[in-house]
Amino acid sequence: MCRRIFSTCGVAAVRIVSGKMVLSFYLFTQQSLPACKPVLTPGWVIAIFLFMGVIFIPVGLVTLRASHCVIIHSMVVEIVDRYDIDCVPEPSRMDKVSYIQDDSIPKNCSRFMKVHKYMKAPIYIYYQLDNYYQNHRRYVKSRSDKQLLDGQKYHDTSSCQPVESNNNRPIVPCGLIAWSLFNDTFEFIREGAELKVNRKNIAWKSDRGHKFGKNVYPFNFQNGTLIGGGKLNPEIPLSDQEDLIVWMRTSALPSFRKLYGRIEKDLDVDDVVVVNLMNNYNTYSFGGKKKLVLSTSSWLGGKNDFLGHACVFVGCSSLTLAIIFMLLHVKYRRPYGDMSFLPWNRKSFSG
Amino acid sequence: MARVRKRNIHLSKLCSFSCCRRPSQPSSTDEHDRIGQKGYSRVVYCNEPDCEEQIRLKYRRNYVSTTKYTAANFIPKSLFEQFRRVANIYFLVVACVSFSPLAPYSAPSVLVPLIVVIGATMAKEGIEDYRRKQQDVEANNQTVEVYDGNSSFNKTKWKNLRVGDIVKVHKDEYFPADVLLLSSDHEDGVCYVETMNLDGETNLKSKHPLEVTSFIRDVETVKGFRAVIKCEDPNEHPYSFVGTLYYECQQYALSPQQILLRGTKLKDTNYINGVVIFTGHDTKVMQNAMDPPSKRTRIERRMDKIIYVLFSALILVSFIGSLLFGIETKKDGGDYGRWYLRPDITTVFFDPRRPSVAAFLHFLTGLMLYGYLIPISLYVSIEICKVLQSIFINQDQAMYDEETKRSAHARTSNLNEELGQVFTILSDKTGTLTCNKMEFVKCSIAGTAYGCGMTEVEIALARKRGETLDEQRDIDTVESREPVKGFNFRDGRIMNRKWVHEPYRDYIEKFFRVLALCHTAVPEVLDPGKIFYEAESPDEAAFVIAAREVGFQFVKRNQTSIQLRELDRSSGEIVDRVYELLRVLEFSSARRMMSVIVRNPERQLLLLAKGADSVIFERLSEQGRMFEAETKEHIERYSEAGLRTLAVAYRELDDDEYKRWEQEYVKAETFVSADRDDLLDKKANLIERGLILLGATAIEDKLQKGVPDCIDKLAQAGINIWVLTGDKKGTAINIGYACSLLRHGMKEILVIPEDPGIAAVERDTEDFAEAYKIVEKQIDEGISQVTGGSSTQFGLIIDGKSLIFALDKNLIIRFMELAMKCATVICCRTSPKQKAIVTRWVKSVTGRTTLAIGDGANDVGMIQEADIGVGITGVEGMQAAMSSDFSIAQFRFLERLLLVHGHWCYRRITMMICYFFYKNITFGFTLFWFEAYSSFSAQPAYNDWYMSSYNVLFTSLPVIALGVFDQDFSARHCLEYPSLYKEGMDDVLFRWTHILSWMFNGVLSSVIIFFLTANSITGQAFRKDGQVADYSVLGLTMYTCVVLAVNCQMALCINYFTWIQHLFIWGSITLWFKFLLVYGSIPPTLSTTAYKVFIEACAPSIQYWLTIILVVIATLLPSFSYRAFQTRFRPMVRDSIQT
Repeated sequence: MCRRIFSTCGVAAVRIVSGKMVLSFYLFTQQSLPACKPVLTPGWVIAIFLFMGVIFIPVGLVTLRASHCVIIHSMVVEIVDRYDIDCVPEPSRMDKVSYIQDDSIPKNCSRFMKVHKYMKAPIYIYYQLDNYYQNHRRYVKSRSDKQLLDGQKYHDTSSCQPVESNNNRPIVPCGLIAWSLFNDTFEFIREGAELKVNRKNIAWKSDRGHKFGKNVYPFNFQNGTLIGGGKLNPEIPLSDQEDLIVWMRTSALPSFRKLYGRIEKDLDVDDVVVVNLMNNYNTYSFGGKKKLVLSTSSWLGGKNDFLGHACVFVGCSSLTLAIIFMLLHVKYRRPYGDMSFLPWNRKSFSG
Repeated sequence: MARVRKRNIHLSKLCSFSCCRRPSQPSSTDEHDRIGQKGYSRVVYCNEPDCEEQIRLKYRRNYVSTTKYTAANFIPKSLFEQFRRVANIYFLVVACVSFSPLAPYSAPSVLVPLIVVIGATMAKEGIEDYRRKQQDVEANNQTVEVYDGNSSFNKTKWKNLRVGDIVKVHKDEYFPADVLLLSSDHEDGVCYVETMNLDGETNLKSKHPLEVTSFIRDVETVKGFRAVIKCEDPNEHPYSFVGTLYYECQQYALSPQQILLRGTKLKDTNYINGVVIFTGHDTKVMQNAMDPPSKRTRIERRMDKIIYVLFSALILVSFIGSLLFGIETKKDGGDYGRWYLRPDITTVFFDPRRPSVAAFLHFLTGLMLYGYLIPISLYVSIEICKVLQSIFINQDQAMYDEETKRSAHARTSNLNEELGQVFTILSDKTGTLTCNKMEFVKCSIAGTAYGCGMTEVEIALARKRGETLDEQRDIDTVESREPVKGFNFRDGRIMNRKWVHEPYRDYIEKFFRVLALCHTAVPEVLDPGKIFYEAESPDEAAFVIAAREVGFQFVKRNQTSIQLRELDRSSGEIVDRVYELLRVLEFSSARRMMSVIVRNPERQLLLLAKGADSVIFERLSEQGRMFEAETKEHIERYSEAGLRTLAVAYRELDDDEYKRWEQEYVKAETFVSADRDDLLDKKANLIERGLILLGATAIEDKLQKGVPDCIDKLAQAGINIWVLTGDKKGTAINIGYACSLLRHGMKEILVIPEDPGIAAVERDTEDFAEAYKIVEKQIDEGISQVTGGSSTQFGLIIDGKSLIFALDKNLIIRFMELAMKCATVICCRTSPKQKAIVTRWVKSVTGRTTLAIGDGANDVGMIQEADIGVGITGVEGMQAAMSSDFSIAQFRFLERLLLVHGHWCYRRITMMICYFFYKNITFGFTLFWFEAYSSFSAQPAYNDWYMSSYNVLFTSLPVIALGVFDQDFSARHCLEYPSLYKEGMDDVLFRWTHILSWMFNGVLSSVIIFFLTANSITGQAFRKDGQVADYSVLGLTMYTCVVLAVNCQMALCINYFTWIQHLFIWGSITLWFKFLLVYGSIPPTLSTTAYKVFIEACAPSIQYWLTIILVVIATLLPSFSYRAFQTRFRPMVRDSIQT
């Protein structure tokens, strides 16, 4: 593909050659540095298309195998259960918002999840919210990184508006994000015995270590007239409040999952897992969905059809292009250097 | 002939013509009367610069500054210059608003890139200005001898010179200011100056002081000299000066003859004394120094339009965003609101109760957020590229002329890409196509033609007819002696004193005597025996040299006599003969002839004349027409051979007649008024009549090296070439053939009135209409020929007189229609003004790029009028080069300048601009797609500092490398396939379709990047440890894809990889990852969402890497496929040559 172009510039070049540096500088000023000039010959085009096809189709298949269940030995098993509607008792379903806002009604709810395929530990528990704009500018901006790190020592909480203080005292942690902390809780029971959920190390280590202070304790939190989401234990420093830390890593898109914990036991086929959950969080007023997800992971991560399909699609397109190109190339054979194809020549023929 | 042209064109006329700046034309009444009035109020107290009156006038010092800025005003002025650009104002406003809560990102992240960009541009301005400053300092610190008032002349710096100072300037020194000549070392005070810097003429001009001051030579006389000068105010007309000297109770009128201008040089005179009149910026040269009209290229003008398109896109996108945002925000007001946004205690920006206000404010925010659609660094990158490109042009060894030791010079850097789009070249002939080195080759004396060499044109014509060349010629050259510059005359009948055996030897003797006497040249004896002539034009020098070579050596001249060393035919010895010089009736463009009146040693009064054949033939006496027919025929033949001809004649005067005439002439001479010149011409006509024809001279102006080949290549490239020359029709046509402008098989269309009487009837209105009709008819005939549909090429030849009619507003459209259809157009007998007018019409009618090339002061108008002016740094000095945009040493370098550098620069700049838009659209639209998923709340998808470094860090260098180094073909290929040039001429790479397809590609890329990334990464866990991708991970992944995709796109679209390209492209990508590592390790309070994201979250994730590879390939696939298919099945010219 590379043609080496090295034009010696006659007399002038000879005159100056007195060292390698001087020569290459001379070639530089004369714009005749040794260069590689790729040319798109049909051979190269076909080879590149074929190459991409040959690479991406297998990669796509491997990716699919790692995540998808079409192929027999799929590695990732995922159970998704939407519970936001079912956990509202029949009579309240007409007005879910007042149900969820009424503290006097108990919010507990039981769900049954059937394991359709063997799940190898660790099994990750996620809650998934839809139509929830954690990436809204007002929401994202409403936090104070300095306060999270330094606590009340840091006074300027103006960035936390509109939830920066209550009764003239600052709120720690301040801001909309913390205020709207997700507070549904889940308990898992298999065959009458509780499945232990490990809720440690679900947040990024850097967040725990460097973004949330070790000596910063929640203060004046959720004390206002309007209570948003979950409450925090004022005895535990922020750096250990992993639910909060996970929640405060705002999501990219309005539909997102967040890690809740891990079950460190395998689940067998046809196991039924009973989930006792507290349906506290209000997604009803804006029509959001809540889902509970149990999933294993592979070397690639969770269940992801899209990436594999995309790879296969790109690979197939490349192959198709290669074939079309080849066919056309054979059909419209044209000697190179034939100028009759050039735009202006075409024009002159027609006119 | 060169003199005709030169005298014809006074610089002032040219300037006023081209720049329209002549505020008040001095009226034709006696100007000396106006001294003391408005416009003529300057008073100079000679030799008394310290006297109170002089000081009170507060004239400027001689300090000169040509810098654009001073230390004090640099910052404000250059900032002002910067913010005259719409895009920069936009970014400034954005930067200011970014301090308000409207801003979607932090203020410093938008300020820093703006400061970098503005700073880079200002630094460039600063460096350029510093260079100018250094030149000023150098000029200001030159020294000159100034009389100190007591006893001596002391060296003083130029800048300390004051009005009224008496200066002494030595030989070969420049005059420090405009100086009134008092005296010189010559007896009569005459001095000679070279005005090359001022008007480009290399010949010497003589200056004469007033007689009353010519005695002031030594310190003693200077000491006693007191006088007052009242004169005109500073103005820009270098050839005018009105003033009066009040000296010893007498008034003396001063004229330009006494003024020595700054910028000119003293020659041939040991020293002069003079009084400083105008200093510093008041001098004529500084008054004349105006910024050349700034030219903008088509590409730049279209680029502005694209910027406006992008601005509209920006407004549209922001509008859509704010509309949808308004709708979303309004919904929050109801019961089903997004409580987590607290719409109950909201701010005005998100208030659901007033959604229209919120939407409007969001619109402003959107304008800032999507500002990435406007490439902030485009202007500065283009400027940097163009400067580097012009450095490459200057450095090109293939455009270096060994002979003159001059390389090409891009005087303005902003026209580079226009070089690749030239549609019409308008060329001067003399000095441009030809060398302007005149050689005396032939002559016709007493009806006999002498000189048997063959001119290049004859050779070319012979070759065209397919004749073999005479062997004779070669033998002749072998025999000949050592070549003499300016003389290429071979004839055994004349040379080596053989002429004495010719039948008409009297005539031959007279003929060469005329050549030796009738001129204004000055001999300069370098070493004994060798005489060098300083002449006003190369033609004149050639005549004197020819006379010398034949045996009439001109050895000495003073005011009243000329001495020749010639053969005494009776004794056969060489003797010195002194001719008393009575009058020189100088050359003027109106007269087109010159004559001298001398008294020979035999006390005969003779009038010796030479001039244009038509003029001389008109003035012949009855008995002087003996050889008229033969001579005319010879002249005809000479001009066909591409030679410049002059007729030579003489007349004997009797003393009475001369005396009577002289009285009248002197009276006219002393008559001071503006039409004095006309009057003198009329008087001269009285005596220049009844001439006896001696013969005619023929001078060859050789074609420059490589001109035919160059023109051939340019024609192959599809460039139309027009030659605008002052020559005769025959000469012009033959030169046309010689340099392959007119080719065999080409059909000539002549628009030249056949009637020779047309000149005489010019002023007659009736005949004027007649001539108009003739021209109209010829043009119409030409059009019908051209549109006949045959495949032959046409060459149009038109002369200056017809051009007057053709440029009439009724005829111009038809004329241009005809001219456009012809491959070659030759306009002969054109005046400089016509050249410029033709250029303007060609420019406006074709609407395409025109290039004017010329070498002399008469081409300046044309050069400034054209889109690109190219000056040839030739024999006629620097005037043309000074006012040009590019200067080259030889015409043939034009080929390389256009076909190689023009082609490269055009391609580079257009690709660069398209790519700039591509990369910014790609980036800007990913932001927009993300908006769609954040309910249009104007939350940027990326970290603030990622965004602000995009244009400055990660995508800037490769695009500059593209703009400076890319070459689709090597120089050799560009020259080999001139048809490549059509690409630029048809503007293939910068058509709207091309630009829009790049933009579409940008939108497509952004769609692919956003949707593929978002769907691959988010949702499920993206790592083995079950972690999910959040906002910061998605931003980082998308950004990585954008950086990789646009850089790889660059790698795909350039054709030329040296280590520089590799370094910049792959370096930019590496830089991004390094940036991630460094920025990610800064404490989280600064790096916010970027803290350790790469190293902790993304780098260990296989899915991250797989996604970016997939996305980058998928992004490149459409454009790559398009290119692959287009190259193979719908190839452009370059594609077929490449393979």
